[in-house]
Amino acid sequence: MQLLLFLILGPLITAFFMLLVRKEPERNWIVKLSALGIGVVTVILLLSLFDKGTLYYSFAAESTSLLMFFIEMAIAVFILYLGIKYKNYLVTGLILLQSGLMLYFELVYAHSVDVKYTLFIDQFSIIMALIIGIIGSLICVYALGYMKDFHAHHKELPDRRNIFFFIMFAFLSAMFGLVFSNNLLWVYFFWEITTLCSFLLIGYTKTEEATSNAFTALWMNLLGGVGFAIAILYLATQTGGIMGLEALLASGKALVLIPVVLIGFAGLTKAAQLPFSSWLVGAMVAPTPVSALLHSSTMVKAGVYILVRLAPIFQATFSGYILAFIGALTFLLASAIAISQSNAKRVLAYSTIANLGLIVACAGIGTYEAIWAAILLIIFHAISKSLLFLSVGTVEHQIESRDIEDMNGLIMRMPKVAAMMVIGIAGMFLAPFGMLISKWAAIQAFIDAPFGFIFVIILAFGSALTLFFWAKWMGRLIVVTLERENLETKIDSNIWIALVSLAGLTAITCFIFPVISAMLIEPFLLQTYGNVTRLSQDNIIIMVMMLFLIVLLPVSILLPQRKYRHLTPYMGGMTTNTDLSYNGAIGLKRDLKLSNYYIIPWFGEVKLQTLGIYLCTGLIGIMFVTAAYVGVIV
Amino acid sequence: MISVAGVVVFILLSPVIGGLIAGIDRKITAHMQGRVGPTILQPFYDVGKLFEKEMTVANDTQRFYVISYFIFMIFTGALFFAGGDILLVIFALTLAQIFLVLGAYSANSPYSHVGAERELIQIMAYEPMVILAAVGMYVVTKSFNVSAIASYNQPLVLFLPGIFAGFIYVLTIKLRKSPFDISTSHHAHQEIVKGVTTEFSGPTLGLIEITHWYETVFLLGFVYLFFAFNPLIGIVAVILVYLLELLIDNASARVKWQLVMKSSWMVAAIVGVVNLAILYYMGVG
Repeated sequence: MQLLLFLILGPLITAFFMLLVRKEPERNWIVKLSALGIGVVTVILLLSLFDKGTLYYSFAAESTSLLMFFIEMAIAVFILYLGIKYKNYLVTGLILLQSGLMLYFELVYAHSVDVKYTLFIDQFSIIMALIIGIIGSLICVYALGYMKDFHAHHKELPDRRNIFFFIMFAFLSAMFGLVFSNNLLWVYFFWEITTLCSFLLIGYTKTEEATSNAFTALWMNLLGGVGFAIAILYLATQTGGIMGLEALLASGKALVLIPVVLIGFAGLTKAAQLPFSSWLVGAMVAPTPVSALLHSSTMVKAGVYILVRLAPIFQATFSGYILAFIGALTFLLASAIAISQSNAKRVLAYSTIANLGLIVACAGIGTYEAIWAAILLIIFHAISKSLLFLSVGTVEHQIESRDIEDMNGLIMRMPKVAAMMVIGIAGMFLAPFGMLISKWAAIQAFIDAPFGFIFVIILAFGSALTLFFWAKWMGRLIVVTLERENLETKIDSNIWIALVSLAGLTAITCFIFPVISAMLIEPFLLQTYGNVTRLSQDNIIIMVMMLFLIVLLPVSILLPQRKYRHLTPYMGGMTTNTDLSYNGAIGLKRDLKLSNYYIIPWFGEVKLQTLGIYLCTGLIGIMFVTAAYVGVIV
Repeated sequence: MISVAGVVVFILLSPVIGGLIAGIDRKITAHMQGRVGPTILQPFYDVGKLFEKEMTVANDTQRFYVISYFIFMIFTGALFFAGGDILLVIFALTLAQIFLVLGAYSANSPYSHVGAERELIQIMAYEPMVILAAVGMYVVTKSFNVSAIASYNQPLVLFLPGIFAGFIYVLTIKLRKSPFDISTSHHAHQEIVKGVTTEFSGPTLGLIEITHWYETVFLLGFVYLFFAFNPLIGIVAVILVYLLELLIDNASARVKWQLVMKSSWMVAAIVGVVNLAILYYMGVG
């Protein structure tokens, strides 16, 4: 209980310190100390509670709930003000609608709703807390170095770093609150805080583009929030005030399917599934630590967290399959779009959307096997993706570009960062690393589910697409060019701390994932479904063998070996030079540039995204209709 | 479940069998083209000669990628013949293949670069079909283990005729046969010189050649699984499939990569959906 409160309030206190502290050295040590504190406490949480099952706490519900309601209304007024100031009537309308619904609920029904337990913790919450606590804090440490460089690069922007760090830590606090709350009203409260925080972070630079993208993120997430608010109102009026997560999961499917689908809809917006994918891609305008935070440990993970939580309700319902289908389509289309992108951050964004799609697909199917795969995906994706974002951010500041083509031969210029990027990329798609284990688990989960073969087919095609865009990126990085100038010397030490830790985590989690599964995921599944799944012992041994091979082989490069004669690449003619150039007519030297395939006619962003928006909007409609059918008629 | 004997036999015998297949391949190809052709031991002489050549490299990292390619290809085949999980076998195959691509990328050469891009397109083209083949086998036999699939007592091909045909289609890509030999080819020259292997020479190229032998044996093992209910029929079927691939190789001209990609996906999508849907409908799944 104290641990939970520490994790929710600790980051919040740090956040307020951030607001006050304006000197850099002080900020540095406060952030590092808090990050360390949060990280250590999440580990203590793990060690002390992993074998305790689910624990519920009834914590000062009345007064806190009231406080939350006032904060909610204050936020609503703030957003309303911004909506009017920037003449964004969509946002204005949505916030009016949403706070109207909540105000109505508070005045009419709140007193009749009694939730016994406000906070709770189980193994899944512990996993989420570890992700938020360790990866989230590492990103904050990284941000120390990054934001210093950022403001050195962008002199035209006002230095609002104290506000930046304030929001970052408030965000972590809200995420902890979200994964520990049992009371849906509290979940909703933290949900709205994350929406607000991401809006403020995306718009941090206050440029025109940033502001407009921040508003896109805001209206989409507010739309989800409206769904959530309706769900709460529905629960209050139609089900006799079921407002605890545990009561919701324990009640009959038909009774709560409508509100669960509404909350699921909110989850879709937050997890940036089609048709709402554009806000996450637009969020790329923000400084890199923000992207890393949104993509790996917070925000989008809140969306999939709630979906995975509600998965037992979705299981074997038609609405659940539609939800899964939205996820699967998003996986396929986002992976395809990623092929056409050369901007590294956009590739990462689409890959995030794709992987979230896979998690949503697992949650929609909702069997214990699928949830096992979904949780593995959440873990591995968080680690690899944060590593990738942070390395891209680091590279961007050194080479002044985030284009993959400009990362050609990065291994020569920034060997360490390039190696970490390669680890991150390998973690995203290659055996025996994390994401591939999860995809494998997903295949096995889908195939045993009804209608599963459709999902398996989508997964087979989608993963071939992911393979293509990751491998060609990796290929760019490891090109051995003639450049020898090392650009790594100027990188801030805080950045190294975060990068090295995350690269280490990527490798370590692959080795210890059977332990994670046995300690946390399997007990959670056993408790929720009465059934568990895992990889067979043989397969785990084989995976570990592969891991050792893959770790050992690069070491072989370091061993002293014979120096072989170097030859220059074959250029197919006399008129060539050793440095990849041709002698053109009238003595001109023409440089040759090698570039990856992007296959835009097939995988163009606009075309596929439009397709996805139409399809998935239609599917969401069907999902609501089927839920209403079950909820009303049955 | 894991058969050590299978591993040892595969590792020791595959280079011999694979080399012989390559030799017979060249002999039959020569006859189809109205030539006499070399002796069937020619591939061994060729590789032997490659290993006698001077070791020259385009950069120091190249050898690492090729050795990794070699090791993981052996790993793939060994896992397969040990009776391991077929999905894991496919993932190991992809890993091996990626190492070859990375080796080609690292050379920073125009021909090997285009070869690497095309090799990736090939992987993207064939992978869904291979995964669906594994899935199809699972749906019928209820197991992903090669050992269990191989000991299934009914002919798998009767349940998976579409998937079998689709697999044969992408096998052409994997065996580097025309019309799908877009990234590199056994034929003397192509529009991108030797494609993905352009920048490898001497012993390194020899290693790639041996790796391909291992791969061939593994792929034919995969074909065998469809007929594993009866070993004799299985072996005859494998031989016939290889002859069919040879015929296709010699009877067709290389196509553009767009067609490779589109047609493989189309085939995979159609046979995958139809065949799996029928299995589910019949209640086999």
